[in-house]
Amino acid sequence: MQASAVDIRKVNKYYGPFHALKDVDLAIPPGKVTCLIGPSGSGKSTLLRCINFLEEYDSGEIRIDGQLIGYEAPGRKMSGRKLREMRRSIGMVFQQFNLWPHMTALGNVAEGLVRVRGLSKAEAQARAAEALAKVGLADKMGNHPARLSGGQQQRVAIARAIAMEPRLMLFDEPTSALDPELVGEVLNVMKTLAGEGMTMVVVTHEMGFAAHVADQVAFMEKGELVGVDSPGRILHHPEDPRIQGFLRTYHERNSF
Amino acid sequence: MEWSILEQYGPALLRGFGVTVLCWILGTIFGMALGLVIALMQRYGPRWLGWIIQAYIEVIRGTPFLVQLFVLYYGGPLVGLRLDALPAGLLGLTIYGSPYFAEIFRSGFRAVPHGQIEAARAIGMAEPTIVRRVLLPLGLVSALPALVNFSIILTKETVILSIITVPELMYQVSRMSTETFRYLEANLVLALFFWALVETISRVGRRFEARITKHLIERT
Ligand SMILES: Nc1ncnc2c1ncn2[C@@H]1O[C@H](COP(=O)(O)OP(=O)(O)OP(=O)(O)O)[C@@H](O)[C@H]1O
Ligand SMILES: [Mg+2]
Repeated sequence: MQASAVDIRKVNKYYGPFHALKDVDLAIPPGKVTCLIGPSGSGKSTLLRCINFLEEYDSGEIRIDGQLIGYEAPGRKMSGRKLREMRRSIGMVFQQFNLWPHMTALGNVAEGLVRVRGLSKAEAQARAAEALAKVGLADKMGNHPARLSGGQQQRVAIARAIAMEPRLMLFDEPTSALDPELVGEVLNVMKTLAGEGMTMVVVTHEMGFAAHVADQVAFMEKGELVGVDSPGRILHHPEDPRIQGFLRTYHERNSF
Repeated sequence: MEWSILEQYGPALLRGFGVTVLCWILGTIFGMALGLVIALMQRYGPRWLGWIIQAYIEVIRGTPFLVQLFVLYYGGPLVGLRLDALPAGLLGLTIYGSPYFAEIFRSGFRAVPHGQIEAARAIGMAEPTIVRRVLLPLGLVSALPALVNFSIILTKETVILSIITVPELMYQVSRMSTETFRYLEANLVLALFFWALVETISRVGRRFEARITKHLIERT
């Protein structure tokens, strides 16, 4: 069997007394798309954010290509420098885009290349322009985020992440803040990325995307990872009653 | 009214105004710088440092500038701090303004959406770089109106420097009135100069604000 790109083992996370992640086990295969689904508040974002240690987990292990993230050894925190080094190769895309509003689209994408990767400004801008062209925004490079639609902003955010040449991309509900007619353009960029063999973990409520693009789907509820399987088996023939219940509600809400 | 005395006192008044503007500019710059350092230490420093800073802020904000200046200028030599009037006045202004500026910066920083800082962390940016490239530019934008406002308030605090004999405008105006008994004319001159100064600052401030927020406002 191939080694996992991300290996999550017995991960627990508490917010004060609240147990947000309960002994979560999950293997993310390299070059594949894993979708995380589940009801609101089930811990999907928390788990995703633990993968790049934006959220600290309290016990268990998360390994990126075999290397433990966040801790030197269980219980001993990793140095800031080492954590930053690991984060360089993990791209993240947020629900709210989180672009830097005082920089142009090009500036947003070039920023990390200059300040983190240490590229010259010219080199960074050339690569940033390439990344923007890839997400279909070659003609919007000079725009500030306020002058871009939601879908365009999210594509800039994706370009910002891929320009860093990550080995792994994390998406937290990348289309949830978008008007329905703008969802497609973002999903298309993600599909292209998946087609190129990028390892992706996607928290999503877009069951269509999960059904058609995911290689595996993981279902979470109340901080527990209830099941992981192929999209066909999770979305069409779920065995667990909790997944059945979730999908029933989803179908009821989305039919008219 | 008797305006002919201006012929005699005009140059002194102008010099006084120059000193006032100088005190205001330097006091504002140093006060802002100290306030910024305080705000950053509050945000990133250890908790015990936060408590010390909070105490400093309470003390300075809770006492009149006049009292602070007296303590500094007349009490300073007792502990070996012997300053001339002008440096003492500038130091006083700096200290007096710093907690207000610190609070303005603090709330400016809090207005920066956390997600934009997380986005920087997620690509592996170091914290000092995040401060320089994200927190400061965005925090300053939200802090700007309050910064301009407080620096206008500070213009008027400069008159207190006259009591430790800094030869600023108020000092010259007092001299002119006691020597000529032309209190009304003297104080009208004072008002006119301050009005011009404040008006200029707020105009420049508004223009500056419009320029730096140009890209941040969504097109409607
Ligand atoms: N910073 C926090 N402090 C306290 N509780 C939190 C915090 N962040 C999340 N939680 C709680 O942890 C639980 C899981 O949150 P999380 O955001 O991971 O859910 P989610 O599955 O992503 O939900 P959604 O689909 O609504 O985004 C929720 O009950 C939430 O209230
Ligand atoms: Mg979430």
